[in-house]
Amino acid sequence: MSTLLRDNQLKRQNLLDILFRNVTRLCAFAVLALLVGIIISLVMSSSLAINEFGFGFLTSSDWNPVTEKFGALVPIVGTLATSIIALLIAIPVSFGIAIFLTELSPQWMRRPLGIAIELLAGIPSIIYGMWGLFVFVPIFADHIEPWINDNLGQLPLLSPLFLGPNLGISVLAAGIILAIMVIPFIASVMRDVFDVVPSLLKESAYGLGATTWEVMYQVVLPYTKIGVVGGIMLGLGRALGETMAITFVIGNAHQLSASLLKPGNSISSALANEFTEAVGDLYTSALVELGLILFFITFVVLSLARLMLYKLAQREGRGA
Amino acid sequence: MFSLYARRRFINGLSLTISVLAMAFGLFWLGWILWTLLAQGLPGMNLSIFTQTTPPPGSQGGLGNAIWGSLMMTSLATLIGTPIGILAGTYLAEFGQRGWLSPVTRFINDILLSAPSIVIGLFVYEVYVVRVGHFAGWGGTIALSIIVIPVVIRTTENMLRLIPNSLREAAAALGAPQWKVISFVTLRAARAGILTGILLAIARISGETAPLLFTALNNQFFSNNMNQPMANLPVVIFQFAMSPYDDWRSLAWAGALLITFSVLTLNIVARVMFRQKANTH
Repeated sequence: MSTLLRDNQLKRQNLLDILFRNVTRLCAFAVLALLVGIIISLVMSSSLAINEFGFGFLTSSDWNPVTEKFGALVPIVGTLATSIIALLIAIPVSFGIAIFLTELSPQWMRRPLGIAIELLAGIPSIIYGMWGLFVFVPIFADHIEPWINDNLGQLPLLSPLFLGPNLGISVLAAGIILAIMVIPFIASVMRDVFDVVPSLLKESAYGLGATTWEVMYQVVLPYTKIGVVGGIMLGLGRALGETMAITFVIGNAHQLSASLLKPGNSISSALANEFTEAVGDLYTSALVELGLILFFITFVVLSLARLMLYKLAQREGRGA
Repeated sequence: MFSLYARRRFINGLSLTISVLAMAFGLFWLGWILWTLLAQGLPGMNLSIFTQTTPPPGSQGGLGNAIWGSLMMTSLATLIGTPIGILAGTYLAEFGQRGWLSPVTRFINDILLSAPSIVIGLFVYEVYVVRVGHFAGWGGTIALSIIVIPVVIRTTENMLRLIPNSLREAAAALGAPQWKVISFVTLRAARAGILTGILLAIARISGETAPLLFTALNNQFFSNNMNQPMANLPVVIFQFAMSPYDDWRSLAWAGALLITFSVLTLNIVARVMFRQKANTH
């Protein structure tokens, strides 16, 4: 009697175990299904535009809802240009912040300062956009753009990049605001990977008489190179997909121009501005194809970022 | 010899100064943005913000319907996303040692963590809004819950991995079946960290605008109906800030202040109260 009861009990618990394991597995599987679903649904709804324009979509700078001629070149260039500007500014600044947080800051200040930098990442992107439009852009137009025109605009080879109207609203302004947004992401990854460098390595370098900068640049940086690049790619992934902040300040002009001081467009802001107002299947479908392109680019960038960070984590695990 | 020494000292001093400046640069923007929000948003802050609905241009009003809509969608999205995230994170940490599913899921999840939210909005638009034929609160909720899931998965897995194996072994040695070991021992031990992840996820979605543009859209009135377009703070801020009307703009600043300070408070609470490391970017 009692063995029978115990058998039943055991069987029930076994069943619950299997149930539990499979429910959790189902949820993990749901993540995969989500990704596949996103790709399939984007491809399906953009098929109209893909069939209509083919690969020419990527190289055409037309964007005319009236004649239904669409090309992705302007938003793609805008997305890449803003992200590159953002990285050019954010990488050195983040490196400085990471050095400060790991080497220079007094111990008691590290945590509050680290949190403060991470709060910069917590501010919603629409706030960056509003602040950018109402506070940053006017200052940019009145003080910074004239200076850029007068100085950088006179450089021999780079002048086409830096000559333009003093409107404020421009690709460059969008890039700068984007830089402020990705600094916390890159800085906190850099700080985290700098923290895993064995103190033995750093102490040996200091013992040989190296200065703090030499330790950082010649010992810590080479050791964590993969992780640092991974962090930068992670920031790039964020920058590429950023929507609201850019929508406010880039000007949403479908025009191709070498000048960074002119308004432009990015994939995400074209979507945010036009998608709900798009009339006609082809227009909608072209916008979805833009989204698909954005997803593809960020997917590749983020995959590379993760692979690099995993590689660093593995090396750390081996105790190198 | 001396000149080399002096040069190295100089380079060191210079670069460390630059690093301090970089830190100041980062804090400078934070300070400037917060100051702007306070300066522009505080004058518009009063009780009617919470009690009245969004006005037509030129008349008095508040943001009550938008705040209510945001609260509804954020809490429902959290309720949907959190259990899925915790269960999937549990699978990755507790059952994921063998097989292909967990490494692939971990990788995909890390990518979804930083995937552009506007694409998620597009996805929900295609699979939900197009099917039902109109914008609706549920659409916004689904989009937001898709953003919650990866954050919760990541923190759950990280936190469960911090639990020492001896705890699991002790429980198993007492004869506890695996589901009991996990739900009553390991998940319980990790709950503070998991709660941190949930708070960070809430903070993340309360400011999200892009995925709501194509899903929940907006509504001028108080509404509890999740099957209809629903007002929400971020989209109202977007619409009002872009408008030429001064009273709309000052409402947008008040909303911006409200949203930023709630998000930052959530962030600080999550990070300070539970001092464990929650890596969610």
